[in-house]
Amino acid sequence: MSAPGGRATSAPLVGREEEPTLFELSRPGRRAWSFRTGGFPDRSVDDLVPPVHRRAHPVDLPEVSERDLVAHVTRLSARQFSVDLGAYPLGSCTMKYNPKVCDAVAALPGLAGVHPAAPASTVQGWLALLVELEEALCAITGMAAATLQPAAGAAGELTGLLLMRAWHAAAGRPRSKVIIPDSAHGTNPASVTLGGYEVVTVSSDERGCVDMDALHRVLDEDVAGIMLTNPNTLGLFEEDIARIATAVHDVGGLLYYDGANLNAILGVVRPGDMGFDIVHMNLHKTFATPHGGGGPGAGPVAVAERLVPFLPGPRPVRTVDGPLGYGWHTPARSIGRVHSWHGNALVLARALAYIRVNGADGLRRVAEAAVLNANWLRRRLAGTLDVAYDRTCMHEVVFSAQRLRRDHGVRALDVGKRLLDHGFHAPTVAFPLVVEEALMVEPTETESPETLEALAAAIEAVVAEAASHPASVTAAPTATPVGRVDEARAARRLVATFDARPTPEG
Amino acid sequence: MNVPDELRYSTDHEWVRADGDRVRVGITDYAQDALGDVVYVSLPEVGTTVEAGGVLGEVESTKSVSEIYAPVGGEVVAVNTDLGSSPERVNDDPYGAGWYCELVPTDPAAVDALLDAAGYEALTAS
Repeated sequence: MSAPGGRATSAPLVGREEEPTLFELSRPGRRAWSFRTGGFPDRSVDDLVPPVHRRAHPVDLPEVSERDLVAHVTRLSARQFSVDLGAYPLGSCTMKYNPKVCDAVAALPGLAGVHPAAPASTVQGWLALLVELEEALCAITGMAAATLQPAAGAAGELTGLLLMRAWHAAAGRPRSKVIIPDSAHGTNPASVTLGGYEVVTVSSDERGCVDMDALHRVLDEDVAGIMLTNPNTLGLFEEDIARIATAVHDVGGLLYYDGANLNAILGVVRPGDMGFDIVHMNLHKTFATPHGGGGPGAGPVAVAERLVPFLPGPRPVRTVDGPLGYGWHTPARSIGRVHSWHGNALVLARALAYIRVNGADGLRRVAEAAVLNANWLRRRLAGTLDVAYDRTCMHEVVFSAQRLRRDHGVRALDVGKRLLDHGFHAPTVAFPLVVEEALMVEPTETESPETLEALAAAIEAVVAEAASHPASVTAAPTATPVGRVDEARAARRLVATFDARPTPEG
Repeated sequence: MNVPDELRYSTDHEWVRADGDRVRVGITDYAQDALGDVVYVSLPEVGTTVEAGGVLGEVESTKSVSEIYAPVGGEVVAVNTDLGSSPERVNDDPYGAGWYCELVPTDPAAVDALLDAAGYEALTAS
């Protein structure tokens, strides 16, 4: 079956030659661009930069022509998998298609060409945009106010924990522990530690949710709060969330919502109504802004009324007096800045565009389609792979390749690598850690039924091949520009610079 | 799965070998197999005192980072510094060259309270 939005087997994987680095393309004196002479005063570097601030030797930069540079990056891009190229079912990461209208909005000169230090009077439109986004995010999550500064999810987590700390400190009862489930994102314990708290892990029950008995055993007056993802990292809805909220609030703790999976519940249920006090959102996931290759992202944090005075500042606000409609305001007990200027502003503009283009009804359909697609795949592949927790899932489904490993020596990683040969990006492997040989599939709402069927058929083919020709699977990928890399060796013998690379002989 | 008879085991997949007044500690064959390729091991400082169940350090594989817990409480008297340059020894020889550290237990009898080979095999089979 054809897969119009999905399979990327016709990807322009140009040639099998190794792409040279820019340093190898470099020739002394070659330039991509140069200023025409004239128009600039002829000043010596000695007059402009004191010797103490100058390098002893010029920095070693590649010298290439514009033509060679463009060819280099274009060749690399043609060898890369991307959301625009095909289905990208990378669970947890939410690699959904980003509508081009959002890019068009972010490229508007009035938004892109503004200096962040511009006076408020000259950027009223930008301030209106930021205030409208904050209000939309609060309406979606059921919270009172938000900061738009954090750069991405993990930055949002740290911001949320600093808010938690400030709130407990202001109440005169500093606490030392934060509870997280054993299925949590790895960033959660890292953020807790960075925030100065001790991590207390609570186990999952046989249905993949927080074990209520285990939770009650670790709850005491020294617990600052709990960090939860709902739906959790297994793609399962925490059905006991109301009881969890009551139990944590009863000991004076706060509930932190890790918004990594907010895309599953948009317009259906709100974290604020579940009892959460602090919510971070991954705009680059839920609200479809580009995030392959490291960002930039945006991780706004929304809070309940009682935490608003602690939010980072300055915040964009509607002004109640004065001639301008919008201005900046720093809350009374602000924890301070968590990002220079006003966060990754053009990502914020993209997110508002996505929200406005979809509207409230459209956002709800986004969540419904994401959940429907994941459940369709769960049922379609139930006879092919073991489903880790076989119950209705949310936006992603976790399979286990444990049986393939035991019977044929084929691991989840091998299945993922072989899928590349079929023209699909690999699912997430080896996460969540509570599932052996996890294969975490998040199809997202943007893939068509034809694409989902093509993806399912490809996974079926790989699993069948694992039984008949396991060596073909463990040797994959073979149809990609770069074959199987030795990840263990790369980590054990880290080579991070071009100079340090081993010579062919060595 | 290799589970030597002469060792004792924790439920967190560490092994313990009694040797005079000290015990040698490492992670089991089951644990190294589940972790996958080990790429980095953080070791405790010699002289550190740790309670039973306390964190000794971390083992990082291409899949995850896991903590190594003290199967018994005591003082760290030796660490396997070879793991710094050759973390793969944890995979290749978990009960031999891949050992982790040596402790002088606070309570030598605590070793006897750990699982024996049959008990550990039953744990990993379930």
